[in-house]
Amino acid sequence: MICQECGKRPATLHFTKIVNGEKTEYHICESCAREKGESIPGVGSGFSIHSLLSGLLDFEPASSGSGIGPSLQTLRCDECGLTYAQFSKIGRFGCSECYRKFSERLDPLLKRVHGNTVHVGKIPKRSGSRIQTKREIERLRRELQSRIEREEFEYAAKLRDKIRDLERRFAES
Amino acid sequence: MARHRFAREALSEWMKVDGPDADIVISSRVRIARNIRHYPFPMLATNQHSREVMEKLLAVAKSGKLKEIGGFDTFVLSDLNELERRILVEKHLISPNLANESRNGALILGHNEAVSIMINEEDHLRIQCLYSGFQIREAWELASRIDDIFEAEVEYAFDEKRGYLTSCPTNVGTGIRASVMMHLPALVLTQQINRILSAITQVGLTVRGLYGEGSEALGNLFQISNQITLGQSENEILDNLYSVARQIIEHEKAARERLMAESRMQVEDRVRRSYGILANAAIMESKEAAQRLSDVRLGIDLGLIRNVRPQILNEMMVMTQPGYLQYLFDEKMSPDQRDIRRAELIRKQLGSKTEHGGV
Repeated sequence: MICQECGKRPATLHFTKIVNGEKTEYHICESCAREKGESIPGVGSGFSIHSLLSGLLDFEPASSGSGIGPSLQTLRCDECGLTYAQFSKIGRFGCSECYRKFSERLDPLLKRVHGNTVHVGKIPKRSGSRIQTKREIERLRRELQSRIEREEFEYAAKLRDKIRDLERRFAES
Repeated sequence: MARHRFAREALSEWMKVDGPDADIVISSRVRIARNIRHYPFPMLATNQHSREVMEKLLAVAKSGKLKEIGGFDTFVLSDLNELERRILVEKHLISPNLANESRNGALILGHNEAVSIMINEEDHLRIQCLYSGFQIREAWELASRIDDIFEAEVEYAFDEKRGYLTSCPTNVGTGIRASVMMHLPALVLTQQINRILSAITQVGLTVRGLYGEGSEALGNLFQISNQITLGQSENEILDNLYSVARQIIEHEKAARERLMAESRMQVEDRVRRSYGILANAAIMESKEAAQRLSDVRLGIDLGLIRNVRPQILNEMMVMTQPGYLQYLFDEKMSPDQRDIRRAELIRKQLGSKTEHGGV
């Protein structure tokens, strides 16, 4: 296939752009891609994971069109000053507070990148015991539910006491 | 003469030992990303902030707390000259980003180069552990131990819901990127590679060629790594990578056996030709060198070429990079001159290993 830009060199980059559901296919060679200065996957320095990400970030969820809550233009992290608009352009957070500030908007993004939104891995030791207690309580609650469903009430009662005990300790910590 | 240990040899100490499945898996790597609480990420940090971060993290190494892991050197990037930084990149000990764009960037480097800890790269702290062969779990365990040592000294940016907070949302959660570098010449020769690689991307893993541009894999070297860092535990992430890599190993082995059974002469001809060219050519482009070295390595693994060390592939892939060549010959070179020097270097390396007895 020949590059659709210069019509001379063989096209080595093939990609599909979808804007508002409208699909456009591109077949171009590397040197034209560079000249056009587009951030296209695979083109030397022009491409970064961040420019790809920003494509995922740069949309206003339908629910926010009603004017409830701050719009994407004004949402800003008070800690480092990064705006959501800047974040969606560069695809990187400025500080850890950004995660809290932009939290509502992050779920769809994280879901697309990771298929998940909640951490389940390693926990730092110093904040660990509290989180581990919490995870344990959640796990026991799920088990309690299934024991009750299976009518294993004696076991369920034991679990209930254990959960209460853990909850008390959690509240005290 | 080299100012620093890392410039003396192209092959890192850890690479000289053969790990399990070393005929296919060249190396296993785990890197974890961490940030310090209350400090902006490096991108938005002031000079003052990033200097404090650097000092805090370097202090952990200087205080001897990493001693139980091994001996370490520390470097402030701005103290290294351009060539030294380039060599570190070519040996995969630091990222191009740390070498060229970091502010108050620093490096804590293990003496055997199996551990390299980058400071003020995209995140405050990036711990990288490398093992030879297929030892992805060992790499994680070491990285996690080092992580614990740092965590005892500095408070990490950690969120109960999102996990370890990172500058880029693609790393958040576990902050782990585990990868295996695989040499897959038989799958490429038998044209099965694309089918396998596209299957890989469907199970949360990604693959890229090593040293190649984009998807092109120079020297049939492929790096396979996890893409997901959030919502899976480290063990799940490693298990997934492990079992996929294990399957690829089996496919590559089967492909090699089939090549030997069905077209042994053609394969032998190919690897011997490549050996002959490497041992005699006067001009050698990097692309051709990578391909020919891959052939020779395949020949060694299949028992068709003897008296050449299998590490020749990795070693030459590093030594024949522009920075290392410039360092070895102590001169700045045009690309054309580099091709001549590269040929000279490979000739010498192959020649010296086969003086007694030949191929």
